[in-house]
Amino acid sequence: MDRDEPLLKVSGVTLQYKTTSHIVTATYRVGFEMLKSDRFVLLGPSGCGKSTLQKAVGGYITPTEGEMRLKGKLITKPGPDRMMVFQEFDQLLPWKTVQQNVAFALEAAKKMPKREAADRAGHYVEMVGLSKFSNSYPHMLSGGMKQRVAIARGMAMEPDILLMDEPFAALDALTRRKMQDELLSLWDKTRFTVMFVTHSIAEAIKIGNRILLLSPHPGRVQAELNSATTPEDVAHLERQIHEMLFSEAAPEAAHA
Amino acid sequence: MRNQLSVVSNSQMTNSFRPEIRNAQSLEEIRVVEKPRSLFDKLYGEDVVRKAFILIALAFVWEAYGRWLNNDLLFPTFGATITAFAKGVANGVLPGRAWGSIRVLLMGYAAGVILAAMLTGLAIASRIGRDFLETMTSMFNPLPAIALLPLALIWFGLGNGSLVFVLVHSVTWAIALNTHAGFLSVSKTLKMVGRNYGLGGPAFIMKILIPAAFPSILTGLKIGWAFAWRTLIAAELVFGVSSGSGGLGWFIFENKNMLDIPNVFAGLLTVILIGLVVENLIFRIIEQRTINRWGVHS
Repeated sequence: MDRDEPLLKVSGVTLQYKTTSHIVTATYRVGFEMLKSDRFVLLGPSGCGKSTLQKAVGGYITPTEGEMRLKGKLITKPGPDRMMVFQEFDQLLPWKTVQQNVAFALEAAKKMPKREAADRAGHYVEMVGLSKFSNSYPHMLSGGMKQRVAIARGMAMEPDILLMDEPFAALDALTRRKMQDELLSLWDKTRFTVMFVTHSIAEAIKIGNRILLLSPHPGRVQAELNSATTPEDVAHLERQIHEMLFSEAAPEAAHA
Repeated sequence: MRNQLSVVSNSQMTNSFRPEIRNAQSLEEIRVVEKPRSLFDKLYGEDVVRKAFILIALAFVWEAYGRWLNNDLLFPTFGATITAFAKGVANGVLPGRAWGSIRVLLMGYAAGVILAAMLTGLAIASRIGRDFLETMTSMFNPLPAIALLPLALIWFGLGNGSLVFVLVHSVTWAIALNTHAGFLSVSKTLKMVGRNYGLGGPAFIMKILIPAAFPSILTGLKIGWAFAWRTLIAAELVFGVSSGSGGLGWFIFENKNMLDIPNVFAGLLTVILIGLVVENLIFRIIEQRTINRWGVHS
């Protein structure tokens, strides 16, 4: 693939879902491109459709308008080339051990032989530092450890994109910081492509190299920014995003 | 305050100033005190011991009352019952009758499980299948299986066929109802994970839904077993399965007619024992190997 050819191309995507009484538009004509090894962050306040947008990339929701192409192929249904890491702790199969959880994904989705799947699972479990717990069942693990297993499972599949939906939101602040650092060091090792959903500006700047800022009700692209690394730039960018989010939010809040 | 420390002169240090404390307690100072629990305390903590104690106490009360009443026709003593039970086991009558009951029960239970699996499979696959299952369970679940026995006797005659028919009825709805409820309560996240793996159709049901709903399925299997066991004994009281070699229910009925009451009690004891073994041994082991190990409970 050409280096500048986008890995994921989302163009003019409108997403709607039905409640019992209404049809709600979650995002309106959103478009962006992701390159290989991007750490692409979807950032916005609650109700901006960022999670819905990611679920659509995951193949769980079909857009009513526009299209999404992964490596030029239209996304129509869920598949192991886009592994999801959810916010919920119950995303691991409780009847399988840590090792089996990772290996089962490989066997079920990639039709990998048992031996090979076990080897690769062991490698990725070690990578997230859980070798000691590889024979434990999920209910014996802490929240942070469960999320690590989910990340190991996602990475072991070596998907085109790893889709992470606020994976650290349910963790305590200390664990969250540690997990962010770990995710970045894992990225340094394998340079996987990740789409990361968050509502925390600080987390977006820390995790991402590119940030898509969405405005709420319905979600539209407000800005697409490069992230910052030096402390001054980070502070500046954070202030900038803050202003963009709240100058928009203030009049809307008055309507509501 | 710590920054001000240098500014504050010694004389100004009032009791509002507190020095910082770091690593005040070294590890050696903390003695881990371990004290063994007393024998009584340990025994009392064991489920089995407490329950065995209750059983022994009940046996004593039974024996005492039986002796006081001194009427073997109304209420034989515990000793007489155990003697009758031992004799029944020794001469092979009781095990034979018990096996007769269990064999029919297993046939009915297996057929009921298969039927329930097919119904819930349909219910997952389509909306109309779900409506069908819900309508059928709400209609037939409240209907005691034994009430169908007269009808079964007309359709299938005196024999195993009738018994299996009522057993299937008693088992199917309980299992189907619980399994279906279990499937419906599988978390949305787990279903999304399954679809993320590219699983669909039967593979999705076998590898995601059934294990995820296993606590409910196991509850259904247990309830189904209890219903079936009761229904079978009750049905056997009405008629012997096949001439000469009926089940436990028939054994009880026969001995009552011959006024051999200790044998009636021995028969009842066998019914209770089999129930206990299945509940506390077979299902308990399954529970320990699955839902307890996985940390999931319905």
